[in-house]
Amino acid sequence: MEHYNMNLTLKVWRQKDENSRGRFETYEVKDISSEMSFLEMFDVLNERLVQENKEPIVFDHDCREGICGACSMYVDGRAHGPWQKNTVCQLHMRAYKDGDTIVVEPWRSASFPVVKDLMVDRKAFDRIIQAGGFVSVNTGNAPDANVIAIDKAKSDEAFDAAACIGCGACVAACPNGSAMLFVSAKVSQLALLPQGDPERRTRVMNMVQQMDKEGFGNCGNIYNCEAECPKGISVKNIARMNREFLGASLSSEV
Amino acid sequence: MTWKQLFTSSIGKKVLMALTGFFLIIYLLVHASINAMIFYDDGGVKFDAAASFMLHNYFIRFLEIGLFAVFILHIIQGLLLWKQNRDARKIKYEKQNFPREIKWYSRYMGWLGTFLLLFLVMHLSHFWASTKNELYFHGDQVNLYDKMREVFTDPLWFTLYMIGLVSLLLHLLQGFQSAFQTFGINHKRWTPVIRCIGIFYSIAICILFALMPIAFMAGWLQ
Amino acid sequence: MALDAKIPAGKLDQKWNDYKDHVSLVSPANKRKLEVIVIGTGLAGASAAATLGELGYQVKSFCFQDSPRRAHSIAAQGGINAAKNYQNDGDSVFRLFYETVKGGDYRSREGNVYRLAQVSGNIIDQCVAQGVPFAREYGGLLSNRSFGGTQVQRTFYAAGQTGQQLLLGAYSALERQVSLGNVTMYSRHEMLDIVKIDGAARGIIARNLVTGKLERYFGHAVLICSGGYGNVFYLSTNAMGSNVTAAWKSHKKGAYFANPCYTQIHPTCIPVTGDHQSKLTLMSESLRNDGRIWVPKNKGEKRKAIDIPQEDRDYYLERRYPAFGNLVPRDVASRAAKERCDAGYGVGTTKMAVYLDFADAIKRYGKVEVHKRGLNDESAETISKLGKEVVAAKYGNLFEMYEKITGENPYEVPMRIYPAVHYTMGGLWVDYELMTNVPGLYALGEANFSDHGANRLGASALMQGLADGYFVIPYTLGNYMAGQIRTNAIPTTHTAFEEAENAVKERIEKLMSIKGTESVENFHKRLGKIMWEKCGMARNEKGLTEAIEEIKALRKEFWENVKVPGGIFEMNPELDKAGRVADFLELGELMCKDALNRKESCGGHFREESQTSEGEALRNDEEFSYVAAWEYTENNEILHKEELHFELAKPSQRSYK
Repeated sequence: MEHYNMNLTLKVWRQKDENSRGRFETYEVKDISSEMSFLEMFDVLNERLVQENKEPIVFDHDCREGICGACSMYVDGRAHGPWQKNTVCQLHMRAYKDGDTIVVEPWRSASFPVVKDLMVDRKAFDRIIQAGGFVSVNTGNAPDANVIAIDKAKSDEAFDAAACIGCGACVAACPNGSAMLFVSAKVSQLALLPQGDPERRTRVMNMVQQMDKEGFGNCGNIYNCEAECPKGISVKNIARMNREFLGASLSSEV
Repeated sequence: MTWKQLFTSSIGKKVLMALTGFFLIIYLLVHASINAMIFYDDGGVKFDAAASFMLHNYFIRFLEIGLFAVFILHIIQGLLLWKQNRDARKIKYEKQNFPREIKWYSRYMGWLGTFLLLFLVMHLSHFWASTKNELYFHGDQVNLYDKMREVFTDPLWFTLYMIGLVSLLLHLLQGFQSAFQTFGINHKRWTPVIRCIGIFYSIAICILFALMPIAFMAGWLQ
Repeated sequence: MALDAKIPAGKLDQKWNDYKDHVSLVSPANKRKLEVIVIGTGLAGASAAATLGELGYQVKSFCFQDSPRRAHSIAAQGGINAAKNYQNDGDSVFRLFYETVKGGDYRSREGNVYRLAQVSGNIIDQCVAQGVPFAREYGGLLSNRSFGGTQVQRTFYAAGQTGQQLLLGAYSALERQVSLGNVTMYSRHEMLDIVKIDGAARGIIARNLVTGKLERYFGHAVLICSGGYGNVFYLSTNAMGSNVTAAWKSHKKGAYFANPCYTQIHPTCIPVTGDHQSKLTLMSESLRNDGRIWVPKNKGEKRKAIDIPQEDRDYYLERRYPAFGNLVPRDVASRAAKERCDAGYGVGTTKMAVYLDFADAIKRYGKVEVHKRGLNDESAETISKLGKEVVAAKYGNLFEMYEKITGENPYEVPMRIYPAVHYTMGGLWVDYELMTNVPGLYALGEANFSDHGANRLGASALMQGLADGYFVIPYTLGNYMAGQIRTNAIPTTHTAFEEAENAVKERIEKLMSIKGTESVENFHKRLGKIMWEKCGMARNEKGLTEAIEEIKALRKEFWENVKVPGGIFEMNPELDKAGRVADFLELGELMCKDALNRKESCGGHFREESQTSEGEALRNDEEFSYVAAWEYTENNEILHKEELHFELAKPSQRSYK
């Protein structure tokens, strides 16, 4: 792969803390190699800011290989930037050319308050999982793993749903700020597997209630979540959750 | 889960939107079929007869109340959802782009719905309020066919009706398949079929409606 | 202090059962009064916190990330071993035990490893019950694959995301306990010191990373599940935030640090491209099942890889190790790659890479598919097309990742790979009960030293983390807690808490007050360079002696010239990083010291002075069959030895030829 260097203009959201007002600041970065990752470009900028006695830009990141789900930047109007099925840590600078201007914002959702700059608080997701995103099986209770045979197609479908990394891109990308893709991925995974069956009704009702309590928007079936999901989680999961929820609530006796 | 909990949950609200939406989709079909009677080109005789039947049949009148209720539910719920969705993102993005596969109109259901609401007000004042007015206060009924001709040959109304129908088309294109997704129907084999039907229905119904003003405007109907 | 590993008496295969039969128990009513602190929420930490919560202890769980689900266990790709013998290919608990001890080059503790193999099967049961979607066969039963260094198929997997699926299973169990009120979760919190009262661990000082405030937490016991210290090399496959701080603070408060020099260099990583690079990315070991590793036969080869004919290629692993070929253990594969590159046969712009080639696998699978589908068309294109489909089904996500990073299509051109730091076998010294030598202070998972000896086999890290958390600590912690039921919760106003907090506060203020000229990142890079060059894949006395001096000097410079921007009472990642790098600067020296002390080659530790005439690692069992456990004192690290005894797995020279 041919590599080249470029100069870029970055417009980055800066916000001191949750309660402060944020604003954009513009930075020029020079000699960025096309082989760098997008976050390495931020490392370079931050290194310079430190040298200039300025505060470096705060952003969440950890594994930098697209699996931990920590990184969360809204780049040029797209969650995780221009590449599809990709996290921003895996976005590489060959996506850009010399002279480009890039606007970088945090996930914007009332349920994900900004901690600082580009870093947001996604505890709402943890609370939704607490509401029911599990199988109630204590350690030691489990029967032999091969006791229940599971249809491979279903198991594969469950895996596809379980591949969610909980980054929140679905919420960030949704014009309505809905968290349906995230919630439905977990509901689907466990609804598709026999192990999740005993709790499937209460699970979906509790998780949806918690999701609503967190103040996320409502799904408009626009499907930008699916388009921007770094793991390609399908909106079929949302349909499944709707089905599960309706079935569960209509048959519930409480 | 109580009924209240069900219908105040996000999914419940969406289901309500989908249910009322479906009802309205079916209503549009009835509406369009009856109106299509103008194309008998008999000076509105059959059409006016049908309209008169609709106006005087008590069962239909009873259904009309239901129809209004559904409309109002759909509208109020829609506006509430719209408000909630806006609240879910208090600070807007400086820049927001969407990949090509995302239909632009799917993001503007709120706006499209609002246009349609305005359109509806105009439409009802033209054809509903005037008939009711004549019926209840003057004891006789307006000749709807003449009323149609009067409205549709006016360039301003004509243009507004065309704009309204474009909004309806876009609203239906998104709404039809969206309702199925909300009911939990998303299937590799059947969803493409549903989408095709949805597109066909939306286009067909809007063309049929659009032909009415066009026919009057172009002088195909007298 | 004498090191007593507290291995139960009796035959190896009975030890764990005997232990469980006789261990002290704590009644449910008493468990409710006992508090446990768990540091880290990876496989070990999350599974331990969840399980202890289920048992009824009051658990406080800490992680520095925004959510416990982000811990770096999530990035493990390949799989998890278990002696289930579902494939009927001769696997057994004994074989898993034996291969793990052998793979660890006879530097692990037999008792611990045997227990690990024994509980391995339960892990799979537990995970399946939690809804972990492991790969399955068409019949609906679990699928297995083989992994580097083994001859049976015992690895369970979920595509290339096994770690993620296992961690999410443990995370969901943890969140369930949070919702039940048994576990309190403290995310974006970093443990900065252990609080000891009367010699026992009784709590921690943690910093709330959002507000910057120091907070005190009491626990009857503290579990360190904070992972490994591979980031001491700056560039590694670890997450950016992975650090040694929790383990190092424990060490400074008296816990011995065992075998710090044992680091695993993983053979299949994407090579370094330049100075800007912040981390390295692993390509799963499973790729070696189908990929062939080679370099050109001629030095200074200019042709593109696909233009080099077979006779000019050197498949050096197949040449040197005909029995295992490309599937030799990680340490062997890594050193062989380094040997070729050092000898001048490397490829790519930096010449520090070798090829991992799938062309043959594509051809082989393509032919099979042609036959399977009964096609008459045996053209090269059809074979290649079908073969690529098979390879994509097996490794699609890895190939995509490679392409994203390098911009090259590995279906068409061979991947370029090079070894990178991946895992650290060393860690806090623990006994059979996973307790360090500090009473009440435990270490689980990668943070301890006990199970992998000098080299870890593929798919064993996930196994160990979950074994420790789900199946070992619930029993062994009870044995200690049974003696704690009369200890009431100690208020955090106790002087020990105050002293510890003040010390932490002073250190943070010191870091902030230096206001030097060089960034933390730069110091970290410089440390990494020293470590990689002198304490990396090959080590020698001269290099290590130099490294110790260089690190000392670098550490001094750091404390005089580091530049930490921002303030204390705010989210300040530079400050967090400064604290971690300061700890790495101390650990690095100990690693070199340990490597210098161990004048033998074993597993991941290769001393150039100790090799066979063919360049293979040469162990010295006479002198070094011990665990080197280092005790921290103000001026020096003191070496304690725990002799290793082998009952069943008699040491032999590893041979993969």
